[in-house]
Amino acid sequence: MNRYFYDFHLHSCISPCADNDMTPSNIVGMASLVGLNILALTDHNSVKNTPAFYEACKRFGIIPIAGMELTTAEEIHVVCLFETLEGAISFGDEIDRRRVRIKNRVEIFGDQLIVDAEDNIIGREDDLLPNATTVSLEEVPELVERFGGVCWPAHIDRMANGIIAVLGTFPETPKFLCAELNVPEKKEEYLQKYPILREKRILCSSDSHNLWSIRDQNDSFLLEDEPYSGDLVRSNLFKVLRSAL
Amino acid sequence: MNVHDLAEKLGLTVFSLPESDREAKGVYIGDLLSWVMGRAQSGQVWITIMSNINVIAVASLSDVACVILAEGVTVEDNILEAANQRGINLLGSEKSAYEIALELSGLV
Repeated sequence: MNRYFYDFHLHSCISPCADNDMTPSNIVGMASLVGLNILALTDHNSVKNTPAFYEACKRFGIIPIAGMELTTAEEIHVVCLFETLEGAISFGDEIDRRRVRIKNRVEIFGDQLIVDAEDNIIGREDDLLPNATTVSLEEVPELVERFGGVCWPAHIDRMANGIIAVLGTFPETPKFLCAELNVPEKKEEYLQKYPILREKRILCSSDSHNLWSIRDQNDSFLLEDEPYSGDLVRSNLFKVLRSAL
Repeated sequence: MNVHDLAEKLGLTVFSLPESDREAKGVYIGDLLSWVMGRAQSGQVWITIMSNINVIAVASLSDVACVILAEGVTVEDNILEAANQRGINLLGSEKSAYEIALELSGLV
């Protein structure tokens, strides 16, 4: 059993609001410098940089998780992580069909770059990514599960696109086993204010959109890892994330 | 004006009308529920495009006379059920919040 430091909420250069130098290899390089062990790439409504992310992680000995930050119809942000790259890519195809199409205006929103693990630009996403999809909050957990994933509301302590700000409270349905706080120091305050959170796993991730926001070791999991393989660690992590507290 | 007459006058879709004789006075417009909670007043007509079960909870908490879902927003069965259970008048319109507010002007 070993301790694994994580960051489950990171944006790459396909998210228009992220810096263009947030390439998968730069993200992983920086995260490796600060001592993180498990990373999830969670771009807005897209998984198109996750193949490069997997490759970059392999180079640095980091355990990759392919994910997405989904915008629901209510404009609530939900972090979705998948146990396999294939599962994430199929989920991405499904979400592609449920996006509301608006052309991206680069001068206003920023570039949406698809890159490879060597930082080469191999494509661009033409339609704006972060706007609301037609997926309602109610249907998210089941949909994500169908593609072998787990999900939870992102940055519940934020006014913009946080579930509490949008819905007025943390809802009883759909049922989430975890919730993400952006500011770890707010944990006690939120548990006091919203008792429903006491039965959930509170995860703290950085939601980095630029390299300097990638945080030092913060939160971690103790995971069984023998006989060691990255797949085993990821699989044991998902077991924890899928279990009730 | 009571909610029943108001629905008739504006030609609103009726999703639920358990308290049809409730008097409406004043209008509040907003979609961010945490914001609406602290600001909508008892007896007001609340216009929103948010279609989520928590709309019913917030309507109940702020004791508004009715909720009008604008721009053709639809409701799922569980929302209808909750509205009836909690005595929330839930109406709908194809028009925008602004257009509905204009029509309500002078009536409530």
